[in-house]
Amino acid sequence: MNLFLTFRVALRALARNKMRSILTMLGIIIGVGAVIAMVGIGQGASASIQSQIANLGNNMLIVMAGSANTQGMRGGAGSNNTLTADDVDAIQRECPSVQAATPTVRANGQLVFGNQNWAPSSGISGVNEKFPLVKAWPVAAGEFFTEADVRTANRVAVLGKTIVDNLFAGGDPIGQMIRVRNLPFKVVAVLSVKGQNQYGQDQDDTVLIPYTTAQKKLLTITWVNAANVSAISAKATFSAQKEITDLLRQRHKLASNQEDDFFVRNLSDVAEAADQSSKIMTNLLASIAGVSLLVGGIGIMNIMLVSVTERTREIGIRMAIGARSKVIRRQFLIESVTLSLVGGVIGVLFGIAAAITISKMLQWNTLISPLSVIIAVVFSVLVGVGFGYYPAHKAAALDPIDALRYE
Amino acid sequence: MLETAISSEIQPADLDEGTHALEARPFLARQHVADLDSDPLITLTHIHKIYKMGDVEIHALHGISLQIRRGEFVAIMGASGSGKSTTMNIIGCLDRPTRGHYFLEDQDVSKLSKDELADIRNRKIGFVFQGFNLLARTSALENVELPMLYLGVKTDERLKRAKEALDLVGLGDRADNMPNQLSGGQQQRVAVARALVNQPTIILADEPTGNLDSRTSVEVMDVFQFLNREHNITIALVTHEHDIAQYAKRVVIFKDGRIKRDEPVANPRSAREELERMPPVIVDDEEDEE
Repeated sequence: MNLFLTFRVALRALARNKMRSILTMLGIIIGVGAVIAMVGIGQGASASIQSQIANLGNNMLIVMAGSANTQGMRGGAGSNNTLTADDVDAIQRECPSVQAATPTVRANGQLVFGNQNWAPSSGISGVNEKFPLVKAWPVAAGEFFTEADVRTANRVAVLGKTIVDNLFAGGDPIGQMIRVRNLPFKVVAVLSVKGQNQYGQDQDDTVLIPYTTAQKKLLTITWVNAANVSAISAKATFSAQKEITDLLRQRHKLASNQEDDFFVRNLSDVAEAADQSSKIMTNLLASIAGVSLLVGGIGIMNIMLVSVTERTREIGIRMAIGARSKVIRRQFLIESVTLSLVGGVIGVLFGIAAAITISKMLQWNTLISPLSVIIAVVFSVLVGVGFGYYPAHKAAALDPIDALRYE
Repeated sequence: MLETAISSEIQPADLDEGTHALEARPFLARQHVADLDSDPLITLTHIHKIYKMGDVEIHALHGISLQIRRGEFVAIMGASGSGKSTTMNIIGCLDRPTRGHYFLEDQDVSKLSKDELADIRNRKIGFVFQGFNLLARTSALENVELPMLYLGVKTDERLKRAKEALDLVGLGDRADNMPNQLSGGQQQRVAVARALVNQPTIILADEPTGNLDSRTSVEVMDVFQFLNREHNITIALVTHEHDIAQYAKRVVIFKDGRIKRDEPVANPRSAREELERMPPVIVDDEEDEE
């Protein structure tokens, strides 16, 4: 008797007990559905954390000047004047893991346009033309200032959205002149909206100018406060960190017994931790759902055992008219696998529907990955084989005479 | 000896799915009338059966020797515990003798494996049980198809032969009925159709009238007599009713695990004639469908 016919026999047997078959499948449906929905929610959460991470910049590292130490008084991170724009250029040039780097020169001061004035809470930042790439922060309107602007210390400014709202009250700022610490600057671009950072600070309340302009025209300094560096990939942030440290130690001529006069912070550390915790959450949800799938499997075993006992006479008849033990075993195995497979497929649909409903109702992101669907279906088949084997074996081991006599 | 020729050519090695010849041939081609010189289909020689129940050994059969020839209609009688059921189980290849040999068409089946016995049952033996033993919630046609499923008969052929078998027992119009929509007699006739659909060497009927009223019993015995008379099908019938045994051509009486008597029936009863003498019953189809 071939597999196809055994399959048909098994399907007919299941069809004879529709209600019971459906109830048995329900365990698997709920199990698989829970796995799909839970993993969907977990992966959705993970994806939204990933996008927040991306918001921080492209695999970003921050290099800060170290603490100034004048006669024992230490000024804190960034106060030292040993980090220069040349260092940043060297980082860009010589570190293979680095994609782009921009110096940051911080300044404060009042902005004036017409009869409006405003002091940006995130300050005035002097940066170079790579800033949009490093921070993954494109402009919304206009053109970011160019390398030529930086080289010539041009008085140009790029405004955050909050500044535009406060100085221009909805008017078009591009091409307008504003005054920064009483110097006229031409507005060339407006940054796209970034919103709050994780500490609640308004990132859009900022003005960007070329760092050379900030150094020469606002502050008259030669050093930079910090550099934002973007590595070529998330993994490369670690090698970039090492390359930058080695390079700067060499450039600053630090002996091996001297401490670094700078800090290199890897933002990916934070990002990775957040990502890790969301993955742990996903696994946790999946394993809880997996337990319910296991319970579904036990349900199948239970029903199959009941079914074998209840159908002892049927098994006896089948054996008497010539079914080999193997055929009986196959029949019951196929029955349980069919229950679990059909249950699994319905469960996938159910899980996807549940995930969509949850994301609609609770405004959570959910993400159904094809892999989780495949794993859930494969797993449900394995559950069917695993939990169906013992009942099937029990059926196949029956003695036809006893089975026929069974009341 | 068309049937003999075909059946005896099939060796166990050929019993695997679909490898043997199952070409369309006249269903239950009319066979030669039995003559006592023909080769025995079934030969039991010194069969012993001992059951072990813990430490206790129960000697169910004490060296039975029995021959059944093609075309015979044998009734096996005896009180319960006489060994008749054990003998039937051994003949039906459901059980193996502890000692002794059982030749089914010249093949010694007493030492075959479980799977080989399953194949022999499928091909050579048709069972009819006291409790009908049809699959519930499965149509008469599908019940009859079942033995052919395990033989690997192709769908078209299977359907055709199942219908023919049902026609033969007079239930061609009931093919789609479920067992619970059929009367006891009809269910037993479906069981007979199932038993003969693989063209077995022998039909074994275990108390086939035990659950039937007397008129239906006669009807079922008529089917058996018809198959035996018109199609030369060999039938062994276990019964404890003396009346029923009288429809057979030969009666073997068991007692205490031995054959006590083995003799031909002088004047077998004819179910057909008895049915003709009975007052006609108004057949009401609706009544059957409960």
